[in-house]
Amino acid sequence: MSEYLRNALDGVTRIRGVRGALVVHADDGMVVADSLMESVRGNAVAALAAGIALRFGNAALSTGVGSPHFLHLQATGGTLIIVPGPTGVLVVVIGDKELNVGLARLEMLRVAEVVR
Amino acid sequence: MATDIRLLTNQLAQNPDSLVFLELAEALRQRGQLHGAAKVLVSGLTRHPDLADAHDLYARVLVDMGHLRHGYEEWMAAIESDKRHIGARKGLGFLCYRWGDLDGALEHLELALAVDPMDESVVQALRMVREAADRPTATAVEEVPPSVFDGLEGAQRGLLLVDNRGRILGGGMGDGTDDNSEDIAAHVSAGAAEAERATRMLELGAWECMAIEGPGGNLHLSRPTPESLLVAARDRSVPAGRLAMLAAKATNVARAWLEEQSL
Repeated sequence: MSEYLRNALDGVTRIRGVRGALVVHADDGMVVADSLMESVRGNAVAALAAGIALRFGNAALSTGVGSPHFLHLQATGGTLIIVPGPTGVLVVVIGDKELNVGLARLEMLRVAEVVR
Repeated sequence: MATDIRLLTNQLAQNPDSLVFLELAEALRQRGQLHGAAKVLVSGLTRHPDLADAHDLYARVLVDMGHLRHGYEEWMAAIESDKRHIGARKGLGFLCYRWGDLDGALEHLELALAVDPMDESVVQALRMVREAADRPTATAVEEVPPSVFDGLEGAQRGLLLVDNRGRILGGGMGDGTDDNSEDIAAHVSAGAAEAERATRMLELGAWECMAIEGPGGNLHLSRPTPESLLVAARDRSVPAGRLAMLAAKATNVARAWLEEQSL
């Protein structure tokens, strides 16, 4: 992992409520890079996030919303945010329910820029 | 009427293979319990897939719910089983007329009249369609179907209620001529299953909503009940936050409507 990418991911994980940040291949859900709390299973997050991006991406296309540039799944015990990058990767964040989504999004866009 | 429904429900429970489901579904339809009627018919059709009367009744329920395309398919299924099914021919004639296909409407209604030349409703409908066909500028007027979201902003377009299996329960996404609500319903139900799996495996609890932003607008999904999904979509003129508020309102309306349907 490049230093730039490491720094960008660390920028995400420094946000309060973030449990982990990953860069994932959109096609196969494989982890490219990650910065995770010990309890977070990176491979599972990556694969499931890729599945969500694919399924809801199809839904967005069918509604005319187009290829998503931001997906936010809110659950009772946490949140999952996906920002598709420009080169077939996804920047993924898993965090607490109280996570500041706007702030996380800004840092995720920075990661996506580094991956470009 | 409530007693009839209870009685018919008991009869069906005692003999699930019987055709009493038709009577029960019709009773529910007449009471406006369209969701319940649809459930009974879907179940009945799994046991009697070639029963034209069941397809016909299911089509009428779907059309009552505003799902014209799906209704059309069910009426087509009915005439596949019985080409002389007068109810299906009348229904298809009605839909063709609504969609402005006057030739199609005439064809179905003339076939219906051939089956029963004394059917006054067919005679009336044929007269109306012929008059419309004779007027050079005549256009069939698309009526707005009733919706679970009546009264809400975008009730007919951009609000869709589906069940977990991708079956449309109310609302719609298209404008009647270009309605891809069924495709959308299939995609969102697949997405919801994926979200369910992800939140379970990642121990995030139950998923509550999903917000998606794209170049063409915003999409918001929520769950009025664990068995249903609400889809709200708007173009970029409606910010994601405002869409979330609209979706929250529509979710409450849908929840109340679903509760009413299950009574």
